Amino acid sequence: MADTTRPDTDPLAWIRSRSRWPVFAILLWLAALLPFWLFPTYLLLAREIAIAALFAISVDLILGYAGIVTLGHAMFFGLGAYTAGLLSARLGWGEPISGLLLAGALAGLVGFVVSFLIVRVQHLALIMVTLGLGLLTYELANALTWLTGGTDGLRGVSTWPIFNQFRFDLYGYTAYSYSLAVLFLGFLISRRIVNSSFGLALRGIRENVRRMPAIGSDHRWHLQKIYAISAAMAGVAGALLAQTTNTVALEVLSFQRSADVVVMLILGGTGRLYGAIIGAAIFLVARDQLAGINPQYWYLGIGLLLMVVVLFLPKGVLGGLSRLTGRPD
Amino acid sequence: MIGNIVIVLFDGFAFGMLLFVLSVGLSVTLGLMNFINLAHGAFGMLGGYTTVLLMRRFDLPFMLTLPAAFLAAALVSVAFERTLFRRLYRAGELNQVLFTIGLVFVAAAAATYFFGTGQQPIVLPAWLRGSVELFGLRFGTYRIFLIVVSLAITALLFFTLERTRFGARIRAAVDNQRVAQGLGLNVEWIFAITFALGSGLAGLGGALAIEIVGLDPSFGFHFLVYVLIVVSVGGLGSIPGSFAGAALLGIGDVAGKYFMPQIGSFLIYLLLVAILLVRPLGLFGKR
Repeated sequence: MADTTRPDTDPLAWIRSRSRWPVFAILLWLAALLPFWLFPTYLLLAREIAIAALFAISVDLILGYAGIVTLGHAMFFGLGAYTAGLLSARLGWGEPISGLLLAGALAGLVGFVVSFLIVRVQHLALIMVTLGLGLLTYELANALTWLTGGTDGLRGVSTWPIFNQFRFDLYGYTAYSYSLAVLFLGFLISRRIVNSSFGLALRGIRENVRRMPAIGSDHRWHLQKIYAISAAMAGVAGALLAQTTNTVALEVLSFQRSADVVVMLILGGTGRLYGAIIGAAIFLVARDQLAGINPQYWYLGIGLLLMVVVLFLPKGVLGGLSRLTGRPD
Repeated sequence: MIGNIVIVLFDGFAFGMLLFVLSVGLSVTLGLMNFINLAHGAFGMLGGYTTVLLMRRFDLPFMLTLPAAFLAAALVSVAFERTLFRRLYRAGELNQVLFTIGLVFVAAAAATYFFGTGQQPIVLPAWLRGSVELFGLRFGTYRIFLIVVSLAITALLFFTLERTRFGARIRAAVDNQRVAQGLGLNVEWIFAITFALGSGLAGLGGALAIEIVGLDPSFGFHFLVYVLIVVSVGGLGSIPGSFAGAALLGIGDVAGKYFMPQIGSFLIYLLLVAILLVRPLGLFGKR
């Protein structure tokens, strides 16, 4: 076992070992089905967690694996949400699956265009460019009131039943099943990506930007590819939100959403896909519980939590757990 | 029309000077230690609340509360720097960003706990209220005061940095921290003092800002974006850069909101992204 986890002995064996399913993972996905029976009143929250987890996975691909710090990824989330929403509200096409694909494609395309800018800058300038682009998109959507509805939000979205079979119900059975299925699919794709040699190249860029071109890796092109993929996935997550709530608020593009998703990721642990899922679950359940008492507790709690995680658990909850169980990655 | 333009330029410059006082400290500390302190705006908020508290509870005159705001922010910030921030100098930028954002959250919660979520208006002394008429245009007295104070601070900063021994040490440490350390400068000590002074200026800026933009628990967040724009556009560790960046942003912001209220903010962010793409180190950045 020890030698198969060491990449210098046999790279293929290492990659193969990463594609096995640990017991923990199977239990996690089974636990994701529990809300159907155990907490049917919380299905809407569970749906929100699934969407946030997909969004967090998309950010993990660029932040956790490729090392691009972003504070503006809500840009793509919102783009996807507005694409799906406008498709239904303005063009009258409410078929969910095609809406999802179209939203993902459009967000991915914009992500690819933006990636040309992203690879040009590093450090503080990178953070500021992502932040600036996020704020820019927000202001744009705010100014285009005739199209997006502005601060009132986009209304009149109606999503048709999935496969013409499953109608979206009031309790969120369909919404959660749909979101969970898309999350699982997005997870499978991301898992395939990060465990491939392309994923390894990304980790190389994260660890040492200068060395990758020196060993012949086209690091800019790698970064652009993963940025576009991540943008597409964020767009799909946004489209999910638009389709399951039948409305798009301007808030989908807000800085708050960009910051929240990074917080979720840090909580769970960056550079591991399950970190994104666990982080989203912890964050949203805690917010639901604490904000119910008093929104201020929530701010205090999340602030302290962030500080403690950065100081004592630099690899997030999952990183701390894997250190406890003595299995460093 | 010309009159409008003059007034907008004047108001914009006054706002820009406010932004300069709020952000110059962050520019210097960022240039010195590469520590991305997003809680800088929270220290500004602390200064603002200090002024509010002193004026309401102890009936101190506005002018006396300003030094108090400076001191309060400087002392609290250096306490944080010595106990917490210094652990993160070697950490990645993401950890610095998250830790200090966490601090902003906590500060917002604390401000709400003690002062409530409402705006905290203050009553200015009579000689700062009203406006002055010049060439048929009315200039706000408080904005003139703001410009005078900020220019005085700029002059003082320039003198300190360019003409004093301590200023020379700061410049040496910003230019090359390792060599400065090798020459026997105590960089950590220099940094702690600079950090206190910079946060103190933010506190002063927070106190001065109450009349212009108000004060509530979201101050730390709201001004974060402005402060970061000034710092990144101006260039790290550059006082002329911060000055130019702040004046540009202030005038652009006021002019944009006045002439094109629909897309004013949009243009600001567009300009930010464009400048950073052409000059990732900012207009005056060296490294």
